[in-house]
Amino acid sequence: MQREFVKAPFKSGVLKWIDDRLPVLSWAYNELVIYPAPRNLNYWWNLGSLAGFMLVVQIVTGVVLAMHYTPNAEMAFDSVERIMRDVNWGWLLRYLHANGASMFFFAVYIHMFRGLYYGSYKAPRELLWMIGVVILLLMMATAFMGYVLPWGQMSYWAAQVITNLFSAIPLVGDTIVTWLWGGFVVGNPTLQRFYALHYLLPFIIFAFVFLHILALHQTGSNNPLGIDLTAKDKIPFHPYYTVKDVFGLCLFLLLYGALVFYAPDALVVPINYEPANPLQTPLHIVPEWYFLPFYAMLRAINFDILWIIPAKLGGVLVMFSSILVLFFLPWLDTSKVRSATFRPLYKWFFWLFVANALMLGYLGAQPPEGWYLTLSQLGTAYYFLFFLVIMPVLGKIERPRPLPESLSEPVLGAAQPQPAK
Amino acid sequence: MAEAKTGAQAGERTTRRDFLELVAWTTLGVGAAATLWPFIDSLNPAADTLALATTEVDLEPIEVGQRVTVVWRGKPVFISHRTPEEIEQARATPLEELKDPEPDEARAQRPEWLVVIGICTHLGCVPAGNRAGEERGGWGGWFCPCHGSHYDTAGRIRQGPAPRNLDLPPYTFVSDTVVRIG
Amino acid sequence: MRRAVVLVVLMAFVWAVQGEAAEVTEPVEREWPQEGVFGTYDRAALQRGFLVFKEVCAVCHAVKYLRFRDLAGIGFPDEEIKALARQYTVTDCCDDAGEPFERPAIPADPFPKPFPNEQAARAANNGALPTDLSLIVKSREGHENYVYSILTGYLDPPAGEEGPEGAYYNPYFPGHWIAMPPPLSEGIVEYPDGTPATVEQMASDVTQFLAWLAEPTMEERKRLGLRFFLFMLVVTGIFYAYKRRIWSRLR
Repeated sequence: MQREFVKAPFKSGVLKWIDDRLPVLSWAYNELVIYPAPRNLNYWWNLGSLAGFMLVVQIVTGVVLAMHYTPNAEMAFDSVERIMRDVNWGWLLRYLHANGASMFFFAVYIHMFRGLYYGSYKAPRELLWMIGVVILLLMMATAFMGYVLPWGQMSYWAAQVITNLFSAIPLVGDTIVTWLWGGFVVGNPTLQRFYALHYLLPFIIFAFVFLHILALHQTGSNNPLGIDLTAKDKIPFHPYYTVKDVFGLCLFLLLYGALVFYAPDALVVPINYEPANPLQTPLHIVPEWYFLPFYAMLRAINFDILWIIPAKLGGVLVMFSSILVLFFLPWLDTSKVRSATFRPLYKWFFWLFVANALMLGYLGAQPPEGWYLTLSQLGTAYYFLFFLVIMPVLGKIERPRPLPESLSEPVLGAAQPQPAK
Repeated sequence: MAEAKTGAQAGERTTRRDFLELVAWTTLGVGAAATLWPFIDSLNPAADTLALATTEVDLEPIEVGQRVTVVWRGKPVFISHRTPEEIEQARATPLEELKDPEPDEARAQRPEWLVVIGICTHLGCVPAGNRAGEERGGWGGWFCPCHGSHYDTAGRIRQGPAPRNLDLPPYTFVSDTVVRIG
Repeated sequence: MRRAVVLVVLMAFVWAVQGEAAEVTEPVEREWPQEGVFGTYDRAALQRGFLVFKEVCAVCHAVKYLRFRDLAGIGFPDEEIKALARQYTVTDCCDDAGEPFERPAIPADPFPKPFPNEQAARAANNGALPTDLSLIVKSREGHENYVYSILTGYLDPPAGEEGPEGAYYNPYFPGHWIAMPPPLSEGIVEYPDGTPATVEQMASDVTQFLAWLAEPTMEERKRLGLRFFLFMLVVTGIFYAYKRRIWSRLR
């Protein structure tokens, strides 16, 4: 796995002089130019670079927006409208940023489903996956706090509801919530600290993305077959994957552009264009789409768990566990085979999991009553069943299809499943 | 590492690929460069700032000999209702004596009204002399307390380190008693 | 294929379950010139709409994000904007004695509010607060259709239904009882272009004006979007060819 560090070939003496003293250029050369990537990566492998691209877009648009935005409960809404109306290209920057969050989550979710399908979290890539889960958590915190900043009705009430989740903690819950707010309601102190954190966290995400790439390049990329490839099945990252990534980026930008230019408000609730009113809750509280499945799980727990955990705390625990369980995934999955291509049973459970996630997303936007509630509970059950029961058991009882030895040698006869290192 | 076809094998394709390569990366570069513009331009003055870029001043209450300061685009603008002596003094000065030669006629659209930006052209201090009783320097105009530049009654630099005469804002007389600056 | 079937069945199930919709009257569906990829605002309608707004709505409703200078966006020349602004007085702070003083408005000023503060607005309106209309089209489900439906949707209450004191029956309003009296009646304004001022016409015009006010940069956005797409289609095509060319080197 360990590659040799190659010095970049320079034509310019100046670059060589710098690189001899500070080998960043050679580092980039090793990781972005000659990095040996599997030659059989499909388009699902594009989403990683797209997520990275969106992080950069969010930081760049965000920094410029921060130059025009005013983090003050009295002025925040007005300053956003000033950006929309008076600042040159302000409407473009804001729509890019607001929809950028959606595109970022969209890329990351597909990226994660890809990892789940091809077993990219399995040894030796456990840490790579776990760093990814940290990135997801940081993204969620950043996105939530960013949504509060325009200080519209939904901003305000989202802040109210989410911060109140912490009041479910026994004994100290209320104290913690007051501390989060910096007052006795969500107010100006809350807005200002959210702003500071919303500006800070993306740079921490950036650092984790760096670690993510470091870990990836240590172990090498997984591939659709999930087998360990030899050097002859790998190709240099540049130009093959740089060009393929740019082509994927073009397609992604067409979608992003469609949102920004022709449906910029399609993913936000209209009521957020009304300034925050602490005395009146909108009839329907709906989070952003990327939180909906988790929100559905939060609301699915309307009963006390085992008579000792009250429903409110139970819902919060379930919601947080739904992310935390991902940390243990590398060890919950007992299968020796990575790729679902060779796992006839897992494949079905995987697609059911995807459908279940979509259903939970839909239910998260519906009132938690009647059938919606029952379905949410079933969906939540399957979500956890998938990780905690199906993953461990399936690995033991499933008979995987024979794995190929390498890319160039197709499956001949029944080769033994190759044990994952 | 998979073998990439090189040399003669790919030879006939080379020209087309090189051209395609050039076009591809160039177009991408052009797109990226164009994308930069909204970010840069967003830092220029916004529409609400530009809307206040002109200031109208009512001249009626300003008496002969009086000087007032008005704010235009955040900067002090001196409006001086000059006395006949001040006009005479400004016009009689030979141009050779001036560090930055400019006839008074070129500095005042109407002789009795001088409108200048009240920022010393040296290092940006606001010269004294606009209020009654303030030091006006050796030429009866303005005196910059920071580094001792003297300006005459037409706002021209006469002594001291300032390189230029006081700048003139764009202005027009909307009527005999109203001037629009900007 | 099988996956698709499973998904469809699942979705159908969810849709079927969804049956019990809340008793909200859906707004009337109308076509608006500003809709769609190439939709633009109709300047004549916007100017008529502004007239309705100025003479009817503005008596009670504020529009905090409308400045006189913005009216250039609906096609008013600068001189007309100045003249219009001069007809309004604004209170400025402060004169040499430190007292607030009144002066004629200039184009940079916001359109004056009808009431100085919320309490005054409520006192004059039977306890109800007239909403600021700057973003009304963006901030309501149904958008233009909702605003139009409210303006044209006043009805006699169904037999047996009794609303709160001073409220009017309007099925499109959440809860069906609205504090705003029917604002439009035939001929309440006179259009300079001779368009007959029917309730529907005025409602349509003022809705378009409010849509413009909610997003004055919409046309700029769509124009830029068109250029973006033309450019991106070219880049995408080039990179598709380039990618294929590069990858053809393998095998």
